[in-house]
Amino acid sequence: MSDAADLPADVISEQDDHGGALLRFTGSLSIAHIAALDRKLAAVTGPISAIDISAVHRIDTVGAWLVYRTARDQNAAITGATSDAQRLIDEVRGSDNGASIKPADGNPALRILGELGSAMVETLSGMVKFIGFVGQVILGLLTVIIHPSRLRVNAIIQRFEMVGVRALAIVGLMSFLIGIVIAQQGAVQLRQFGAEVFTVNLIGRLTFRELGVLMTAIMIAGRSGSAFAAQLGTMKITEEIDAMRTIGVSPIEALVIPRVLATVLMMPLLAFYSCIIAVIGGGLLCWAVLEIPPATYVDRLRDVTPLTDFYVGMIKAPLFGAIIAIAGCFQGLQVENNAEEVGLKTTAAVVQAIFLVIVLDAFFAVFFSSIGWN
Amino acid sequence: MANDKDSGDEIVISVRGLCNHFGDQKIHDNLDLDVRRGEILGVVGGSGTGKSVLMRSIIGLQQPSSGSIAVFGENLLDDDTEADDGVRKRWGVLFQGGALFSTLTVAENVQVPLREFYADLDGQLLDEIALTKVHLSGLPPEAAAKYPSELSGGMKKRAGLARALAMDPELLFLDEPTAGLDPIGAANFDRLTKELKETLGLTVFLITHDLDSLYAICDRVAVLADKKVIAIGKIDELLATDHPWIREYFTGPRGRAAKRG
Repeated sequence: MSDAADLPADVISEQDDHGGALLRFTGSLSIAHIAALDRKLAAVTGPISAIDISAVHRIDTVGAWLVYRTARDQNAAITGATSDAQRLIDEVRGSDNGASIKPADGNPALRILGELGSAMVETLSGMVKFIGFVGQVILGLLTVIIHPSRLRVNAIIQRFEMVGVRALAIVGLMSFLIGIVIAQQGAVQLRQFGAEVFTVNLIGRLTFRELGVLMTAIMIAGRSGSAFAAQLGTMKITEEIDAMRTIGVSPIEALVIPRVLATVLMMPLLAFYSCIIAVIGGGLLCWAVLEIPPATYVDRLRDVTPLTDFYVGMIKAPLFGAIIAIAGCFQGLQVENNAEEVGLKTTAAVVQAIFLVIVLDAFFAVFFSSIGWN
Repeated sequence: MANDKDSGDEIVISVRGLCNHFGDQKIHDNLDLDVRRGEILGVVGGSGTGKSVLMRSIIGLQQPSSGSIAVFGENLLDDDTEADDGVRKRWGVLFQGGALFSTLTVAENVQVPLREFYADLDGQLLDEIALTKVHLSGLPPEAAAKYPSELSGGMKKRAGLARALAMDPELLFLDEPTAGLDPIGAANFDRLTKELKETLGLTVFLITHDLDSLYAICDRVAVLADKKVIAIGKIDELLATDHPWIREYFTGPRGRAAKRG
C-alpha cells in the first residue's frame, strides 16, 4: 500500500483558459485521505466551472461522492474521469436523494408530552396485561388440576434443581451473615440498657417473621426471576414460543406453570432453611460476644419465638415465590423485536418482583398484627 | 479499488494446513486454499462441511487447532493487533443473518466501522457516505432511517452488505447472501455482487448453496468435502473431476436447471 497509488489526495484551484476556476484533484481519493480533503474543499471559495480528476491515481465510492458533491454544489462539470471513476460517480449520484439517517424527532415539547402520554398508557396497559397474565396462569393451573396428566413433572423437577438446590449455597451464606448482623447490632444497642439477653428475641422473631423469607425472596428474584425472564425472552426472539403455539403446545402450560409451581414449592423450603441458618449465625455471635451458651440460646429461642411467627413466614413464602415466577415469566413473554429488550425485560422482571414482594410484605405485616398474631 | 486492475495471480488469502476440531469432531484436516485478487470465489459443500467455520477462521473469529492463515500477507493468528486492524480496515464481512446492531438505524450501522477507523470525518460527510452505501446495496432511501427490526429478511441482508461495504473494502466475505431471498431478490443480489466487484475491484469470498449464484457470478468454485478443499477451479473443470459429490452436486436436477439458466 506504499506505492505511488497511495499518495494523499490533494486539491488545487487554478484558472483555466476561459477565465473560470478549475479544481484539480490529485493523488488517491480513497477513504483514508478523505477527512483532510473534505476540510480543504470547505476552504475553497468562488465559482468553479470545472473539476478535473485526470490526475487521480485511484478513487473509491467515498472519493467519488466527494467529487460528485463538489460538482453538484458548484454546478461544475467533471472532466478527465476514467471509465471506472465515471461508473463510480454515476453509481453514487443515485444516492443523492435527501434521505435521512434517523427517524425524524419532531417538536421537542410535543415529544415530551408524547413520551409522557405513552409512558402512562404503557404502565396502565402493562398492569392490565399483568392481571390478564395472572389469570392465564390460574386458568392453566386449573387445567392441570383437572387433567393431571398434562402436568410436566420432569420440567418441574428440573426447575426444583435450578431454583432450589442450586440456590442453597448462596442463600445459606447470605442468611448466616444476616443472622450475625442482627445479633451484633442487637447486642450493641441492647447493651446500653443492660438487656443483651433480648438479642435472642430479636434474632428469633425477626428472622422467622420477616427477614428470612424476605431476603430469600429478594435473592430468588435476582437469581431465578431474572433467569426466567431471560430464558423466555430469548425463546420469544428465536420464535420458539411461536413454534410451540403452532404445534399446539401451550407456552403457559409448558413453560410458565412448571416455573411457577417449582418456585412456589421451593420458596417455603428455602425460606425455612434461611431462617435456620440465620438463627445459627446469630447463635454463634451470641455465644462468642454475649457468652450465651448454645443450649441456653436454643431454650430461650423456643420460649420467646411464638409458633405464629413461623406460620407468618411460611404463609408468605409461597406467595412471594408465585409473584417472583409470574413476574419473571410475564416480562420474558413481553420481549419483542430485538436482543436489547431481553436485558430491559430481565431488569423489569427483577424490579417488579422485588417491588411487589415488599408491597405484599407490608400488607401482611399489618394484616397478621391485626388478627392478633403478634 | 477502482483503478487497481487485478494484478494477475496475486494471492489475497492464503490458508495452509488448516485444522479445526470441536471436541472429538474434526471439521478441517490439513486444508489448503488460495484466493486470488479480483476474483469471486464460490465456496460450496454439504451442510456441516465447515464452510462457515472456514470463513470464521480466516476472519479471525475461530482459533484453529493448527495451520497458518494469511490475509493480504498478514498472519492474523499472531498477537500483532495493530497489523490486524490494518487488515480489518481492508475487508468487509456479511454474516448470514446480517448481524446488524439492533439499537442503531441502518445508516448508523454503516457508520460504525467509519467512526471506529476514521474518527476525523465530518458529520455531514459521514451521513452522506452512509447514504451512498445504503444506495449501493440496493436499499430504498427510506430504509436508511429504519431500525433492523423494521426490515424484512432480504432487506437485512442488504443492510448487512451496506455495512460490509462501509470502508470500501478490497476483500468481501459473504456468508450465504442469497439464502432465504426470493429468486428475483437473489438474482438482484448476484448482479449487485458482480457489479460491485467490477466497479470497486473487489475480491469476494462467497459461501453459497445457490447454484444460480455459482453459475452467474463465480470466477472459481472451491468444493469442501472430506474435511478439506477437494477441488477448486472453474465449474467446467470441476465437472471434469469424477468425485461423486461434485458430480451429484452439479449434475443433479437443480444443478442442470441452473446451468440452463
